[in-house]
Amino acid sequence: MPEATPESRPYWEGLERQALMLQRCANCGLVRHYPRPMCDACQSMATDWVEASRDATVHSWTVAHHPFHPAFRAELPYVLVTADLPEGVRLLAQLRGGTAEALRPGLPLRVEFEANAEGLTLPVLRLRDG
Amino acid sequence: MMTLANKAAVTGVGDTDYTRDAGGRSALSLQLEAALKALADAGLTPRDIDGIVMPSPGGPVVAEDLVTNLGIPDLRFSTGTPLGGAGPVAALQCAAAAVASGICSHVLLTLGRTGRSGQRIGARIQQMPQFRTVGEFEAPSGALAPAQYYAPMARRHMELYGTTSRQLAEIAVTTRHHAMLNGNARMTQPISIEDHQASRMISDPLRLLDCSLESDGAVAIIVSAAERAKDLRQPRILLAGMAEGHPDSPSAITQRGDMTRLGLAKAAPRAFAMAGVTPADIDVAEIYDCFTYIVLCQLEDLGFCGKGEGGAFVEGGALGLGGRLPVNTHGGLLSQAHMAGMNHVAELVRQLRGEAGRAQVKEAEVGLVTGYGDLGDGTLAIMTRG
Repeated sequence: MPEATPESRPYWEGLERQALMLQRCANCGLVRHYPRPMCDACQSMATDWVEASRDATVHSWTVAHHPFHPAFRAELPYVLVTADLPEGVRLLAQLRGGTAEALRPGLPLRVEFEANAEGLTLPVLRLRDG
Repeated sequence: MMTLANKAAVTGVGDTDYTRDAGGRSALSLQLEAALKALADAGLTPRDIDGIVMPSPGGPVVAEDLVTNLGIPDLRFSTGTPLGGAGPVAALQCAAAAVASGICSHVLLTLGRTGRSGQRIGARIQQMPQFRTVGEFEAPSGALAPAQYYAPMARRHMELYGTTSRQLAEIAVTTRHHAMLNGNARMTQPISIEDHQASRMISDPLRLLDCSLESDGAVAIIVSAAERAKDLRQPRILLAGMAEGHPDSPSAITQRGDMTRLGLAKAAPRAFAMAGVTPADIDVAEIYDCFTYIVLCQLEDLGFCGKGEGGAFVEGGALGLGGRLPVNTHGGLLSQAHMAGMNHVAELVRQLRGEAGRAQVKEAEVGLVTGYGDLGDGTLAIMTRG
């Protein structure tokens, strides 16, 4: 279980209600991810939160075959997709509804949500055509 | 403007045997053995050491342990360079700055661990603050280890530029051949491109033979003021150019605008300019190789070829002895041992002294060593025989 920080708590709370929440600088409007205290464009610490559209496209990926941690052994192999969001940041999440063979950069995906064995809700990425 | 060029020299190197299991010895014991060898190599005693830079601070050994055991009477400078595998080369620059400014004269660097018999990488990085961001936001989805963080960089490179797994295999095969010439390397049997292609997938596209070897062992390096180095036992190896560079989005590769560009791309022009040389002048290169792809990407970021051309550059044994650019002549992290790149520093010094044995690059006069760590930090040192 990740340890949330004051900056990341709205992100984790958003996932719990199946919303992908992104930080947005209240001064200059730049969306940033992962959550942190300061906007690197204008150094403002004033922060809004916006809900992401749930659209995404493939940027890159890997297929995990080796069990680096016993908690994930049963899920192997699983596909980890790095996805571009139209909001201007990226999301890393497991793939649903297809295999890595189908992937190529730019392929459209949709953000969905799943609770893991510990009850933590995480984003997943589903192939639009899948 | 003041420059660090040629103000400091590497005057001593020492390393232990590299093994799967150091037989219950501690990381400190291994580092002390390497330190004594480096001191003997330089012709110095512990009393001469007045600076310590730990290339892997937060590791199992602190400077106080070295002072206590070696009996260093008057340490004037103690610090560390927490850049993961970029730490050893960053420590060279830090030590050079310390001796050039007159704070101290002879700086000891040690790195060593029980990386194979003790705690493994997947567990180690969970404790490192540099991995806090990916630990919170990526690990819960199952991205837990360096292979899984770096594989998407390799995949992106493949998709953009047509780089192939067989090209990555070229790096593994050449590096293995070099290890077999070394005499102190974990891996002693040859491998072929087909062996690489048949090795099990770890994190696609990275196969087992794309990955480095968790190992037990230690390396020590001594950096001295260039003037003081003249009187020592070995021909001095001058630190001609050094730089470090940090990638965009240093805490998360996922958020990096161009994930095929490492911090080294920023460091390389600085170090080459300081040394007054170009990639064409480099006789031998020791390039950080936690994974084969990281070598390929650094060849591009160093300017040996353009971005996207690394795959073609490494083909046909180009990185072997007698090839276009001899790389990792000791066997690297892939086939000698994962010593976080300190073994790369030791090997470059040996090459430039002409002590590299069967892997000696003929008439090696100018060489470079890189470091890479913590999701993309890059370091570079260019050395010359002086």
